[in-house]
Amino acid sequence: MNVRDLLSVMLLSAGAFFFLAGTVGLLRFPDVYTRQHALTKVDNLGLGFVVLALVLQANSAAEALKLALIWGLALAASATISYLIAHSAFENDVPPWQRTPRGPQ
Amino acid sequence: MERLYLALAAFLLLNIAVGLIRILRGPTAADRMVAAQLFGTTGVAVLLLLAQAQAMPALRDVALVFAALAVLATVAFVKRVASRADEGESP
Repeated sequence: MNVRDLLSVMLLSAGAFFFLAGTVGLLRFPDVYTRQHALTKVDNLGLGFVVLALVLQANSAAEALKLALIWGLALAASATISYLIAHSAFENDVPPWQRTPRGPQ
Repeated sequence: MERLYLALAAFLLLNIAVGLIRILRGPTAADRMVAAQLFGTTGVAVLLLLAQAQAMPALRDVALVFAALAVLATVAFVKRVASRADEGESP
């Protein structure tokens, strides 16, 4: 196993960790906004690590560029999706989570 | 390396399966849509890994389409929810 493969393995492991963190966040956070916040950022970071690992293994520059393009599109898509979902939830009066329900303030 | 790619793809698939729990529980429609977003991102990663592991470059194009369609699905969802909300209110 050469250095490039080793680097790829490390990046893939990091990606797997971040994807796992995103899923845990989706299941464990208390409301839609916090779930959104966990998932959008962390999953795209995981995807970035996976893409970077695959770029290292790419056979040609065009292939590497295409992988980077896919990641860019996924980033733009995720930003749009997260805004749309959070905005529609807020418009439909989904209450943000608070530590003390109906507390002072 | 191929084995590692496939193992990671299987792991990501497991992530998606666990994400189904959120769709089951809800409680709001937006929560379920967030789970759909997980499907989008993770699905792209799975397809990229499979493309590399099985030497099928066409799967990268599938991943591109996946990312694009995820946005369309969300826009459709938001439109539906918005139109439903409009029906209840007087303009």
